[in-house]
Amino acid sequence: MKRHLLLFTFFLAWLCSAPLAADDGVFDQYRDLMGDDNPAVFVIDEGEELWFMPQGPESATLEACDLGLGPGVTAGAYVRYPRYFADADAVMDLESRLVHCMTTIQGRDLKTVTAQPYSLRGDFGTEMEALVTWLAAESEGATIAPEQTHAAERAMYSLGEEIFYYRAGPHDFSCATCHEQSGMRIRLQALPDLTSHTGAAEAWGSWPAYRISQGLVRTMGWRLRDCFRQQRWPELQMGSEASIALQTYMAVNAAGGVMTAPGLKR
Amino acid sequence: MRFSSVAFTVALGASTAAWTIASDDIENVLQNSFVAKNQATMDRLERDAVQTACSAPRGMPLDNDMLASLRAERLAEVVLPADGQYLGDWQRGAEVAGNGRGLQSSDDPTQPNGGNCYACHQLAPDEVAYGTLGPSLTGYGARGQSEAMLQYTWTKLWDTHAYNLCSHMPRFGAQGILTEQQLKDVMAYLLDPASPVNQAAE
Repeated sequence: MKRHLLLFTFFLAWLCSAPLAADDGVFDQYRDLMGDDNPAVFVIDEGEELWFMPQGPESATLEACDLGLGPGVTAGAYVRYPRYFADADAVMDLESRLVHCMTTIQGRDLKTVTAQPYSLRGDFGTEMEALVTWLAAESEGATIAPEQTHAAERAMYSLGEEIFYYRAGPHDFSCATCHEQSGMRIRLQALPDLTSHTGAAEAWGSWPAYRISQGLVRTMGWRLRDCFRQQRWPELQMGSEASIALQTYMAVNAAGGVMTAPGLKR
Repeated sequence: MRFSSVAFTVALGASTAAWTIASDDIENVLQNSFVAKNQATMDRLERDAVQTACSAPRGMPLDNDMLASLRAERLAEVVLPADGQYLGDWQRGAEVAGNGRGLQSSDDPTQPNGGNCYACHQLAPDEVAYGTLGPSLTGYGARGQSEAMLQYTWTKLWDTHAYNLCSHMPRFGAQGILTEQQLKDVMAYLLDPASPVNQAAE
């Protein structure tokens, strides 16, 4: 591990002295330099520990949690999200499924477990971020294949598409403002075209991701919330219908792509 | 695609499951999915006529007569500078063009809003951190400062939909994002021959 941190430190020093290139090149070079090494490995380990840690009034681990492939099955579960769960009569993303398991299996209070799902800048990562990171790693290399068999799952896709194009707020921004064209960028940041398979697969398959600029792993739920902050909208809530609908839209457009998360981002 | 969720609800008849969503329920979904944060209040999710008309998924057929009348309406509502002076200070305009803050829940509402022009447009050739969602405006001043050019540029900044309905660009004047003085300063940044926008790269 020490070697990784040393490399990382060298990279940061070099990055600060490197002239700005008019593309995402320096981050691509960083990714190449790091190879399979990603500071997210620490968060993956933490997530695994949390899964097996007894918590809540029931003093239960999450091993009885059914992520969709049966209780306790974690390998390959993440790439099937968002998906419908009969026990909750709802389409869920991984984050809301974990909340469901924390409240029903561990007996934990809903308000407490949803109070702060995403860490603030400068904080340590949250339990939710660690669990999602580990579970994404448990699907690394798997084919993205969200469930679209239940009518509710297909309705979520349609809703997600509609929200994707919904323009609102003082700047009239929708998701589509930035994410319906290929090869575009905002300032120096390359923007994925989420209406295309290629762009959606690249985006959906690379979150959660370690954000170099923040020193934290961020989940897709956080990514969406931060997009809406920049859209000048109110704050998107974790596990909300709009969040799950947009994730369904992205995941279905990404179907057939490869899960490479946890990724590395600027 | 837009109507598939409506059809889906109809097919389910009287089902009241939480996941049956009709298209016209989208406002309710959004109201239940977001919470107000600082200056980003919930009324921002309500759409006006332009936002509603411009929320159609790509490739969806649009009502051209309705769009033409909406565009004409936007043009009629453009407010030109009260004193007839279009050009402010290009140096202050440069600050507005580079400032990406303003109106986000994380922004200080007592500070002036930015125009964030560089997020989408190339302007001064020496600034490499520019976006490409909009056309390059480098050398914009070569178009001159005729009355027609001044009015055209002002209108584009005030309400882009007056010319190009459903453009991605924000309505900096009509939505009150920038003040009249800030708009004049951005005008100067674009059109003043001394502005870096109109200088060759060093």
